[in-house]
Amino acid sequence: MIAWTIYTTFAAAICALFAPRSFARWIALLATTAGLSITCVTFAQTPIRDLAQFKTIVQVPWVPALGMNYHLAIDGISLTLILVTSIVAVSAVLFSWDVDLRPNEFFFWLLLVVGGSYGVFLSADLFLLFVFYEVVIVPKYFLIAIWGSTNKEYGAMKLTLYSFFGGAFIFLGILATYVAAGSLDLNQLAQFHFPSQLESWAFPVLFVGFAVLAGIWPLHTWAPTGHVAAPTAGSMLLAGIVMKLGAYGGLRVAMNIFPHGFQIWRNTIAVFAVIGIVYAAAVALRQRDLKFVIGYSSVSHMGFVLLGLATANALGVSGAVLQMFSHGVIGALLFAVAGTMIYRRTHTRDLDQLSLLPLRQALPFAAFVFVVASAASLGIPGFSGFAAEITILIGAWKSYPIAVWITGIGMVLVAAFTLRALKKSFFDAPGGTASASSAVSSPSFEPITLPEKIGAGLLMFATLAVGLYPGVLLDRIKPAVESMNFLK
Amino acid sequence: MSYLELLKLAMPEAIVLVTALVVLTIGLTSGRRTAEAEAITGNARAAKALCTLVAAVGLVVAIGSVLMLPQSSNLFGGMLVISPLNSLFKIVCLALALATVLLAISDKSVRHYAEYLATLLFAAIGLMLLVGSEELLMIFIGLELLGLSLYVLTAFDRTSIRSAEAGLKYFLFGSTASAFTLFGISLIYGLSGSTALAGIAPKISEAAHQPLLAAGIIMTLVGFAFKITAAPFHLWAPDAYQGAPASSGAFIASGSKVASFVVLGKIVLVGFATAHGSANWHAMIGGWSPLLAALAALSILLGNFVALAQTNVRRLLAYSAVAHTGYTLIGIIAGTSAGFAAALFYTTVYAITLIGAFGVCGAVRAETGDDDLKNFAGLSTDSPFLAGCMAIFLLSLAGIPPLAGFFGKFYLFSTALSRGPSQGLIWLVAVALFGSFISLYYYLMVLKTIWVDRTTAQHPALHPAASARAVLLVTAVAVLVLGLLPESLVRQITFSLR
Repeated sequence: MIAWTIYTTFAAAICALFAPRSFARWIALLATTAGLSITCVTFAQTPIRDLAQFKTIVQVPWVPALGMNYHLAIDGISLTLILVTSIVAVSAVLFSWDVDLRPNEFFFWLLLVVGGSYGVFLSADLFLLFVFYEVVIVPKYFLIAIWGSTNKEYGAMKLTLYSFFGGAFIFLGILATYVAAGSLDLNQLAQFHFPSQLESWAFPVLFVGFAVLAGIWPLHTWAPTGHVAAPTAGSMLLAGIVMKLGAYGGLRVAMNIFPHGFQIWRNTIAVFAVIGIVYAAAVALRQRDLKFVIGYSSVSHMGFVLLGLATANALGVSGAVLQMFSHGVIGALLFAVAGTMIYRRTHTRDLDQLSLLPLRQALPFAAFVFVVASAASLGIPGFSGFAAEITILIGAWKSYPIAVWITGIGMVLVAAFTLRALKKSFFDAPGGTASASSAVSSPSFEPITLPEKIGAGLLMFATLAVGLYPGVLLDRIKPAVESMNFLK
Repeated sequence: MSYLELLKLAMPEAIVLVTALVVLTIGLTSGRRTAEAEAITGNARAAKALCTLVAAVGLVVAIGSVLMLPQSSNLFGGMLVISPLNSLFKIVCLALALATVLLAISDKSVRHYAEYLATLLFAAIGLMLLVGSEELLMIFIGLELLGLSLYVLTAFDRTSIRSAEAGLKYFLFGSTASAFTLFGISLIYGLSGSTALAGIAPKISEAAHQPLLAAGIIMTLVGFAFKITAAPFHLWAPDAYQGAPASSGAFIASGSKVASFVVLGKIVLVGFATAHGSANWHAMIGGWSPLLAALAALSILLGNFVALAQTNVRRLLAYSAVAHTGYTLIGIIAGTSAGFAAALFYTTVYAITLIGAFGVCGAVRAETGDDDLKNFAGLSTDSPFLAGCMAIFLLSLAGIPPLAGFFGKFYLFSTALSRGPSQGLIWLVAVALFGSFISLYYYLMVLKTIWVDRTTAQHPALHPAASARAVLLVTAVAVLVLGLLPESLVRQITFSLR
């Protein structure tokens, strides 16, 4: 049944393109809500023990001559990522409720990103996975170049070229894998014994290709510019879903197929991950543009995912998957506040200018959401970020104790820039009577709308629920991770 | 062999020939003076429609008669060979000619419409002779018939100096390349004593490593490298693609290329089978494959890098054609029948895509006066249909799934890699992947102009003729369907190669 998330989303994308203007957003909302419902029902109905293996749900021959199948499968990892995709998709549609410029095309591209992402997370055929993966990239270009803001054409092109640069690596890796093993089935490939010489070069080629999209340092620079240039829904999808595609591909394809190559290269990955965490956090501390702060924080948080993957133990990798969920929700929430709640109303994202505005009084709901999102982002217990990062760090302690110490510095920096952004944007308004008078003089901000409240509420609920009871996801992720090849 | 039997086997060619003559007659009887006049009278318009109708019907009947041909037959030592492969590509060439005829009706730069169509049909006969022959002399005759018709088609726009320049360049380069090929063929004949492809291979294996053989192979390949626009023999292409009337450009870029690839594949894989050599990175062995590999690598790099700097869309398509030639050659270099199948699949998809892309360029040119990049600005608001079609064509050329170009690339590169255990062609595949990464930039720039840029100029009349719209729709759908369900065509091609 979960396969219907793909079909409904793509069907809705086509409907949204040809529907009358005012219907497009309703179609998008309907499709994403349907996706969320399907995911929730599957989540509730599938027994946990069925999620330990990458279990086939659909398998139809596609191009038998070349051994390609339309093959979908699901396990705990996929289901977790499908869940975050559907949550972020619904709230992204809600946060673009007021898109007035060419709405049909906007929701068409948006739904293509969402549908392609569902496809990647469910694919059990390497070729199919790559098809869905590339389907996601082109829509991002148009979403940013047409509906974006600051420096949008540059940001869009940079993001797209980086993505396709990674895509070319993945393509080469897939070709090498296919030619060597004669199969494209992920489960079969995981059992195949490749020559160790092939593993030692094919693994980095595949992993780097995927890691570009996950924002690995030093190939992360597309992420901040892309996030800043994108419209709100675009940055939400980018941070919430698209960056996860890269990390997921690294785990599901590169690490699972080439366990020996992974063993050779995992120390290098860990080094890059730790540098990414600390470096991006340090850069974020110096940014003036609120979206740049959040963009770099995304890179920093994705560094945790890569560190978790590099630990190569069940705890660390499970933590990485949980972090993908957690950052997906929190990142989307932060961009929603910055892009729609603040920027659309104040027309500035400059922290120094924002600090002069009495935003806390004018937009109390936005202040509330931003406090929650910041708390979640900097790892306060009770939110999903804490659960994920602590799991990763425990896992990393077993493999790389030094990395944990260095990451500690990174976490302090994360706290510093998050609190700085929070203070400057909401809690820095001139005090006393001056604040009261300016609050009176600038009541022009339109209040937070209902769709925005629902969208923010959904994301806050997700991070809080998983933060309070991480087991709901971890119980499903961990068996799936344990059944993977590189742990055996 | 009686003449009646010969006529039966050459029926498709005969039908196209008769159609061409009928079209010419219609053109003559309707009078040239009316067509010359600026205001086209109703009489001339009716004649134009009648010509198109006759040509289209003739081509459809010819396709039908190809289907009626026997499974296999071989006349005069390979001069006319009927095999599943040849029949399949005769159909492809005829279909491409049909699409061109339907596009031509809205091409305002074409006067003397009947003569234009007749020349186009002669070119189609050239394609069929090329595809249907496995004998060097007949292949040469086919090349010349095709070439001479295409030179005329290129220079057909008498009002445009660009068109004349393009025709002259095409003619000068083309005739030089033909001379090389003819000389190469004579050397090969001298060495092997045979002009039939099947008879050449065993003979030249005895003559291996002779400088004369090397000269013969190189010179023969020069003519084909010219036809398929492989660098450094591509110099005519940018001018011909840009200067020719849009429908002529479409035919040069599609039909001529498909047929040339079919013949090139047959010559090197059948005729020169014993002189394959090896293009593997650390183990290059003399033969035609390292030669083609060098051409392919050069074409990919040069085509893509030069395309980055283009401001005219058709010129950009010409340089990207050079790059696509490089990709397609990889399948032939692999030297296996799977590689040849992949190359044929790729070039067929490419031809379909380019017909459509030239159709869009022609429509934009007809309305806005030219097809520079800036003329495409805001096309998505003026005509969402044209903009959508162009997006499909360009994304397919860029190799974005789920469009046919992507599957074609995967098929091509995987067959090239699976030759031999050591994956020696991986260097060429890496070059190709790097090249297609570069190509994304310029394809995206065109799409950006179409979908993102806005212009103050309004062109509400961007409506090509119904037949041209139908061609665009069919090609766009074909590109999408061949990407989603490539199995149908793959099975046809691999079956015909068996």
